[in-house]
Amino acid sequence: MNFAFFEVFDIYLLEAVVNGILLGGVLALMALGLNLIFGVIDVVWICYAELIMIGMYGLYYAFAVYGLPMWIAAPMCIALVAVLGLMLHYIVIRPLLDAAPINQLLATGGVLFFLQSFATVAFGIDFRNLGIRLPVLAIGEMHFSYARLLAFLAALAGMVTIYLFMTRTYIGTAIRAIAQDRQIMVLMGVDSRRLYLVTSALGGALAGLAACLLVLQYDVHPFVGLSFGPITFMIVVLGGLGNFIGGFVASFVFAEIISLGGLYSDLEWGYVLAFAFFILMMFARPQGLLTRRS
Amino acid sequence: MLLLKGLVKRFGGFAAVNNVSFEVERGEILGLIGPNGSGKSTIFNVLSGTYRPTAGSILFDGHEIAGLAPHQIINRGIGRTFQIPRPFRRLSVFDNVALAGYYGQGRHSRAKAQASAERALAVVGLSVDARAEVGGLGAAGLKKLELAKALATEPKLLLADESLGGLDEQEMSRAAEMLRRIRDEMGITIIWVEHIMGVLMRVVDRVIVLDHGEKIAEGSPGAVANNPKVIEVYLGTQAQAVQQELATASHAEGAPS
Repeated sequence: MNFAFFEVFDIYLLEAVVNGILLGGVLALMALGLNLIFGVIDVVWICYAELIMIGMYGLYYAFAVYGLPMWIAAPMCIALVAVLGLMLHYIVIRPLLDAAPINQLLATGGVLFFLQSFATVAFGIDFRNLGIRLPVLAIGEMHFSYARLLAFLAALAGMVTIYLFMTRTYIGTAIRAIAQDRQIMVLMGVDSRRLYLVTSALGGALAGLAACLLVLQYDVHPFVGLSFGPITFMIVVLGGLGNFIGGFVASFVFAEIISLGGLYSDLEWGYVLAFAFFILMMFARPQGLLTRRS
Repeated sequence: MLLLKGLVKRFGGFAAVNNVSFEVERGEILGLIGPNGSGKSTIFNVLSGTYRPTAGSILFDGHEIAGLAPHQIINRGIGRTFQIPRPFRRLSVFDNVALAGYYGQGRHSRAKAQASAERALAVVGLSVDARAEVGGLGAAGLKKLELAKALATEPKLLLADESLGGLDEQEMSRAAEMLRRIRDEMGITIIWVEHIMGVLMRVVDRVIVLDHGEKIAEGSPGAVANNPKVIEVYLGTQAQAVQQELATASHAEGAPS
């Protein structure tokens, strides 16, 4: 009897671990976008999760309301949020590039409320979803949703694409370089304004991809950003702002805490544990899990 | 090729560069010397677009470049090295140089960037293992990398900022020789700011001396080294050594200029 108990326990544990990894992939994707923006432009997009929210509505309207096929709707949604990222940079960030960081935070914080209010007025406060239910994959007694698997794989593909772009092209190399030394980059002939625009579009595109993956799993409503915005910020801070690898590692740490914490109780307790862990870590390692090399 | 007319750069009430005019001929190596705070670096920063001049004009190949952004100036053909090398430490040596080539030429061509990076690395003698990390380079290696980055932008005019600092005797003569080769073989005009007078005087065609933001002397190395005003404000006790150095150098070449 004892033996049987452990067997069941282990299966649930394994299921939770795997689900944590799947969740970690999507979190890592969001963290990457935020880190990219911070690392290159030195600005935090407080409204990052709200860009994702708009993207979720974009996919909802394109796919569920206007009935476009997914292979058109998803790229459209990614392009839409990329353009939003460009606009955010052009209209809000650029005039404030030399302003105090607190002003930049307040400005992008203002965009957060603007986007929430805009969504409330334009789309209403109803919860919407794509109206598709992907099947559940059963391995033995463990169950994994296809939506999560798909999201994980797509997030991974998105991150690999960014990695290749950053390492194989000169624009990507310049983006990595400008994150290391902003001043010298300009003196090497780089037009930093153009590079910032490319980065903003990339950050937006990542948010767009995240939007496509999240709307597969969750309902969209004007305040949906609040349910994954804070966790993304915690991940990015814990990983060390602007540190891509730190953000990647922290994503999986957090995802496992949420998933395993949820195993013993409700999923909400997983979030409570994750936030408690974050607060503890801020005392222990305020500079982030992996300290940024200089 | 380069013409500065009445260049002024003020910081608040302080004139770091005060009404400086000079011309740089195509194909020459011009030494720019003077005590600390005499305005050499400020002139370089104005020429490379980091600072906007308060007044005056800078004509490069007949076009006004005062007030252009740094990347525009580099794209027009003015490259620059820095006194303290600041490479991107997380990129390879090759990527550092190729990146400068990619953006510096303003054409954004991958093939061209790689070709000029390879050429620049060969010229400075860093071609051994360019895929290596920057961290493995010593002081001389970093100076070479700095020079290669500037050369990869395919400049017509090179601003060399203290290329000798931190090098030992032997490395210094090699670095000076390299600057001369860059001019001779690549046809690049050079303005060279340096504190180590002996080596500089042997290589340059002409010298301009600055003090407190003003030009106090201009001429051949020999004339400048014997100029009482220059000796008083700058060369001081170094004067004798520099004059001696010049004498042996011209004797060795057998052709005093």
